[in-house]
Amino acid sequence: MRNNEIAVSCKGVTKSFFTGSTEVLALRGVDLDVRMGELLMLVGPSGCGKTTLISVIAGILNHDEGECLVFGQNIKAMQETEKTYYRGLNIGFVFQAYNLIPTLSVLENVAIPLLILGKSRAQAHSRAKELLVRVGLEDKLNVFPAELSGGQQQRVAIARALVHSPKLIVCDEPTSALDGDTGRLVMEVLRETALSEDRALIIVTHDNRIFNFADRIARMDDGRIVLVEAQVAHP
Amino acid sequence: MYRIALKMLVGDRGKYLGIIMGLTFASLLITQQSSIFTGLMTRTYGAITDISQPDIWVMDPKVQFIDDIKPLQDTQLFRVRGVEGVEWAVPLYKGLLKARLEDGNFQLCVVIGLDDTTLIGGPPRMIQGSLSDLRQQDAIIVNDVGANTLLAKRPQKKGDKPIPLQIGDTLEINDRRAVVVGLCKVSRTFQSQPVIYTTYTRATTFAPRERKLLSFVLVKAKEGEDLKSLCERIRQKTGLAAYTAQEFKDLTYDYYMKNTGIPINFGIAVALGFIIGTAIAGQTFYNFTLENLRYFGTLKAMGATNGVLLRMILLQALMVGALGYGLGVGGASLFGYLFRETELSFRLTRELLFVSAGAIMIIVILSALISIRRVIRLEPAIVFKA
Repeated sequence: MRNNEIAVSCKGVTKSFFTGSTEVLALRGVDLDVRMGELLMLVGPSGCGKTTLISVIAGILNHDEGECLVFGQNIKAMQETEKTYYRGLNIGFVFQAYNLIPTLSVLENVAIPLLILGKSRAQAHSRAKELLVRVGLEDKLNVFPAELSGGQQQRVAIARALVHSPKLIVCDEPTSALDGDTGRLVMEVLRETALSEDRALIIVTHDNRIFNFADRIARMDDGRIVLVEAQVAHP
Repeated sequence: MYRIALKMLVGDRGKYLGIIMGLTFASLLITQQSSIFTGLMTRTYGAITDISQPDIWVMDPKVQFIDDIKPLQDTQLFRVRGVEGVEWAVPLYKGLLKARLEDGNFQLCVVIGLDDTTLIGGPPRMIQGSLSDLRQQDAIIVNDVGANTLLAKRPQKKGDKPIPLQIGDTLEINDRRAVVVGLCKVSRTFQSQPVIYTTYTRATTFAPRERKLLSFVLVKAKEGEDLKSLCERIRQKTGLAAYTAQEFKDLTYDYYMKNTGIPINFGIAVALGFIIGTAIAGQTFYNFTLENLRYFGTLKAMGATNGVLLRMILLQALMVGALGYGLGVGGASLFGYLFRETELSFRLTRELLFVSAGAIMIIVILSALISIRRVIRLEPAIVFKA
């Protein structure tokens, strides 16, 4: 499914934080390309800068130096409101802790990105239903997240990330809170429903049980990409 | 998004009820204490309210409030009657006199002496007898609360209820016989003493010997007469103070405001209600926001602008504010209704409803501002923290 169009292009990206008076270099000049139709996994030990890098790519954190273009656009240069709108339109998120709003039903949770974009409630719910059918949760529309298993909650999160048809999906440790079988099931759903020619997926993980779902794996260490390797076979 | 905001709010029942309880408590305390304060202050000029016929009250220039009697010579009445624009002017005696009860005890009473001819200034509502019965020998009319409580006769058996004073019963005021010929209802007075009505002449016989006994001159202006101008004319011609009924009420009200501890005591209670309400509601609302910070961050990451989040929080705050205000004001009204027949002074005016609404609005906005500040400054990157 991969094509040669570049979805994300990072060159010499740096980012530092201050802990008290101590400067911590989270990214030390990251170079990375992500292509359309590709599932790229960012792997590496805790604290190596994986989450910081996807935060920069997703436009929720500004990098210090270097250049990071997402679909050819420099998000850092955008005004805050423009950046927020861009994020809402083009990027889908899947979080480790799912981040489903507990007081909303599954259907309402999935509809949120469309409501943020100004769609009517009816339109948003109709599209959310479609996505929930695709992730196999058509019988859970009106239940609350707390009534679902971890794997089901993550599938709801995947539906939410896809509902507004974003061009880039970033996932932070989507399987780390799940057992092996459920993790694999979630990855299958992700590959089947999320991956397409006009979309790129970046998954941050250190769950080696799911590495074989990646098209490429970028290994990070100490704020740098140390190795990018291509995967051939997928389950 | 507003529906989501409301669902986020009401979905956490414990927090939701906590915030509403805090605001209800604040609203209840502010409204109830302010109503008692207003009721109490209204009592300070209850006598002026009850005497509704005259337009103008004339008195010694040094009088500071309704119970601050500085008697005038009777001749002042005629000087007032001579002022151009005066339709009629009648005398009024008002004094605190000791009444001797059947059992030998003494009770301080407010005695009001009305013009013998016209009986102008009489009680607003008669319960038994009629005002004209005051023309009978030694006649007095007593207010019902006084008759039932402080002037009531001692029961024959210990432990029984006191026997209310009735028509035909007698009292002794300054060694003079006084016969009850009627019972009336009056506005509660500030000191809650029994009120006794009689004629002016009889009142001056009840009162201890003094050279001057005329407390007030009650004036009715001729039709079309400007009351302010007439007051000024009376002042110039007689050297006495002349106030419209409203001005005299204001004078009395101001005196109590400036010279008693009432405003500060009630002010403290109201301020406490405000502070505690703000603290409880603010803290609970802030906690609610803190617990939802991850979800606000998620919404922010997914493209919700600060403006959208701000409106969501404001809507949540306004909803709990409206509910808390309604419940608090309802509670205060119920309190007033349940105690309507008691000594409690309670007056819930439209202005107080606005004041209470304003106070709750301030509490809610303060609470929301603290939360909004936190959400606006929120880094959406928080969503990636497990």
